[in-house]
Amino acid sequence: MKRLKDLIDHRLSRRSVLSGTAAAAMLATASTFAPAFADDVNTTGLAVTDDTVKVGILHSVTGTMAISETGSVQAEKLAIEQINAMGGVLGRKIEYIQEDGASDWPTFAEKAKKLLVNDKVAAVFGCWTSASRKAVLPVFEQYNGMLYYPTFYEGLEQSPNVIYTGQEATQQIIAGIDWVAKEKGAKSFYLLGSDYIWPRTSNKIARKHIEKLGLKVVGEEYYPLGHTQFNSVINKIKLKKPDVIYAIVVGGSNVAFYKQLKAAGIDMTKEKPLLLTISVTEDEIRGIGGENIEGAYAAMKYFQSLDNENNAEFVKSFKEMWGDDIVIGDVTQAAYLGPWLWKAAVEKAGSFDIDKVRLASPGIELTTAPEGYVRVHENHHLWSKTRIGLAKPDGQYELVYETTDLMEPDPFPEGYQ
Amino acid sequence: MTHVKSLLSRQELIGLLVVAALIFVVMPLSMDIFRLNLFGKYLTYAFVAIGLVLCWGKGGILSLGQGVFFGLGGYCMAMYLKLEASTPEATAIQSTPGIPDFMDWNQITSLPWFWEPFNSLTFTLLAILVIPTLFAFVIGAAMFKRRVGGVYFAIITQAIAAILTILIIGQQGYTGGVNGITDLRTLKGWDIRTDEAKYVLYYVNGGLLIAVLLLSQFVLKSKLGRLLVAVRDKEDRVRFSGYDVSNIKIFVFCFAAVLSAIGGAMFTLQVGFMSPSFVGIVPSIEMVIFCAVGGRLSIFGAVYGTLLVNWAKTTFSEIFPELWLFGLGGLFIAVVLVFPNGLSGLYRSYLAPLVDRLISRGGSSYPPEPASPPPDLDGEANAKPAE
Repeated sequence: MKRLKDLIDHRLSRRSVLSGTAAAAMLATASTFAPAFADDVNTTGLAVTDDTVKVGILHSVTGTMAISETGSVQAEKLAIEQINAMGGVLGRKIEYIQEDGASDWPTFAEKAKKLLVNDKVAAVFGCWTSASRKAVLPVFEQYNGMLYYPTFYEGLEQSPNVIYTGQEATQQIIAGIDWVAKEKGAKSFYLLGSDYIWPRTSNKIARKHIEKLGLKVVGEEYYPLGHTQFNSVINKIKLKKPDVIYAIVVGGSNVAFYKQLKAAGIDMTKEKPLLLTISVTEDEIRGIGGENIEGAYAAMKYFQSLDNENNAEFVKSFKEMWGDDIVIGDVTQAAYLGPWLWKAAVEKAGSFDIDKVRLASPGIELTTAPEGYVRVHENHHLWSKTRIGLAKPDGQYELVYETTDLMEPDPFPEGYQ
Repeated sequence: MTHVKSLLSRQELIGLLVVAALIFVVMPLSMDIFRLNLFGKYLTYAFVAIGLVLCWGKGGILSLGQGVFFGLGGYCMAMYLKLEASTPEATAIQSTPGIPDFMDWNQITSLPWFWEPFNSLTFTLLAILVIPTLFAFVIGAAMFKRRVGGVYFAIITQAIAAILTILIIGQQGYTGGVNGITDLRTLKGWDIRTDEAKYVLYYVNGGLLIAVLLLSQFVLKSKLGRLLVAVRDKEDRVRFSGYDVSNIKIFVFCFAAVLSAIGGAMFTLQVGFMSPSFVGIVPSIEMVIFCAVGGRLSIFGAVYGTLLVNWAKTTFSEIFPELWLFGLGGLFIAVVLVFPNGLSGLYRSYLAPLVDRLISRGGSSYPPEPASPPPDLDGEANAKPAE
C-alpha cells in the first residue's frame, strides 16, 4: 500500500511541476533522456537515486587470472568514465562497486550475490573464465540481475540474465577454418588445447566443420591447465606434418608451448605448417614474446591494430587512462562494449528495471564500437565480424582478412545442443 | 550433572555455551540473510578445522589434504542435488534430456553407472559418511601400518589432493571438470535457494557443529584421547606399552575425514555448488591455517579461527579489492610471530584466569573442582609443537 501511495505522490508531484511554467521551459529543452524520478525508472528497488546509479565490476584482480582480467577491469572503468563525462545513463552518473573474484569460482558466486542482494546494483560487468560464469549464473538467475560477460567462450548457453559481448565458439572457429582452407589450401589439421570445456567444445566444432569441408584431422590432444611440457605433442606434429596446427592453449601454458615450438624448429613464418589460434590475444603475446609467435594466425573479432576511427579514439583514450605501454586484446575490447550496451538498452527501455532492460536489449546497435558495428541478437550474443590477424614480432597482429558480413551468433550449433 | 562434568570442564562448558550463543542467537539477530548465509559457509570450514585439531593438534598427524574429504562429502551431496535438478523437463533443451547439463556438453548420452545410486537420498547421506571414511582408512592403513609419519605423511596427503583435483578436472564429462557441479536447486522438492531454506540450513549446520564439538570432546576425554596425545609426544613409549599406535592414528585420521565430509556436504547445500577448487592443495593448506589461527590445540579455538580468517578475507576483499591479500598475509604473520598458540592461546594466557576468578567469586552452581585443574590444558599449551 505504501508503495502505491508513493507512486501516486510522485505522479502528483510531477504533474504539479509540469503544470508550472518552469516545466514548460524544461520540456522544451529536455532531451529524450531527461532525468525522471527515481521511482519511475526503477520499480524494483535497485540502487538508483535521482542522480546516480550503482553498477558492479566483478573480475579477478588477484590470483592467476588477474593478468588476463585486469584489461577488462580497465576497459570497463574507461567506458564508465566516458559515459559519465557524456552525462551518464538516463541523466544519472554511474558509480561502480568493484569486487575481487580472486580467481576462485566460489568467491565469484559470493561476490555476485553481495552485489545483487546487498548493493542492489543495476548491472554487473564481469567474469572471464567459463567456470566463473557458471558459478555466478544461478545467482544472477535467482536474484534477477544482469551480467555483461566479455570473453569469447564455448557457447551452449543462453541465459536471460547475461549479455555475451564476446564471440561464442562458432563465430570464431568457422570463419577461421574456411579462411585457411580457401586461402592457404590447408588439407590437414592437428587440434590441441588446454583440458577444459572451452577448448574441448571448440575443437569439436572445429573437427565437425573440417570434416564437413572434406578435410582431415590428423590428431587431437589436451593438456591440463598450467601444463608446460609440450615436447611430446611437438614431436607428433613433426611426424604427422599437418598443414595447420589448431591451438587453443590458454594462460601461462602458452609461453611454454610457443617457445618449445620455436626451439623444436617449427618455423611459423614458413608456409607450412601454419598455426591458427583462437586463444592468444595481444595480452598473451606480452608473456609469450612477439619473436616466439611471429607468423602465427589468430581468429577473433578485434585486434589493437584495427584501422578505423572508433578504434583510434579507443586506443588513444585507453592509453591516456592506463599508460602508454599497455596492450589491448580481444576480450578487453569486448569488456569495453558492456557498459555502452547497457546504457543503450536502459535508455531504449527508459528504465533501469532488469526485465525492461532485457526486453530492450535485442536489436541494440553500437556504431561506435572499436571493432566496428555490433548488434545484439535475440539470443543475447553479438553479431560481429570475425577477423584473421598475423602475429608480428612487435607483439601486434596485422589484419589479413575480415568477413564481409557480420557472423550470426549460434550458441547451440546443430548436433551440440 | 556428573556426565556433563566428566565430559566438559567448567571452562569448556562456558566455551561451548559461548559458541552456541554466537551461532544461534547473536549472529541471526545481527545479520541479514546474505551475511548469515556467508557465516554459515564459514562454519562449514570449522568442521574441517575441528578435525584438524584432533588429527594434528592432539595426534601430531599433519594432513595437508583435508580438502580431499571436504570435497568428497561436497561432491556426494552435489551429485544428488544435480540429479534432482536434471529432470527431463528441466533439461529438455539438451540432446539427451534427463542427464546433468555438463555431461550433455561432453557428448555423454547416458548416466554413468556410478551416478545412478545418487538418485537416492539415503544412499547419498550414507555415502557422505562412508566414502571419505573408507578413503581415509585406505590411506591411513597404507601409511601408518608402515610407520610413515611426519613430513612424509604431509607430503603424501598433499599429493593425494593434487591427484584428486587433476582427476576431477580431467574427467569433466563425469565430474563437471573445472567448472564443478553448479546450479543446484532443490532437495526432495524443497527449494534450497530461498531465504527460509537458508535459515533452516544455517540452523541445521549450527546444530551439527555443536554435535560435532561434543563428539570431539567426548573422544578427547576418553582413554583414546589420552593415548592420542601420548602418541604425539612419545610414540615409541606408547608402542612399547603394548598399544597399536597405527590403529590409533588411523582412527583419528578417519574421524577427521568424516568431520570434513560433513562440512563439505553442508557447504554444498548452503552455497549451491561444488567445484575442484575446494579439493586441491591451496584450500587444504588454507584449512590448516584456520586451525592454526584458532590455536591447534583447542576445538573451540578452531571454530573462532575459521570464523576470523574467513571474515577477514571477505571484509578485506570488499574494502580493498586489489590489496586484500596483503592484509590477510599480515594476519598470518601476526599469528605466527605474536601469538603462536593462536586465539585459544591468547584466551588461555589472558582471559581464562580472569573468567575463572569471576566464576569462583560469583559462586557457581557447580561444586569446586577437585584439587588439580583440567590437567591437559596447561600441559598442552607448553607442549612442544608437533611436527
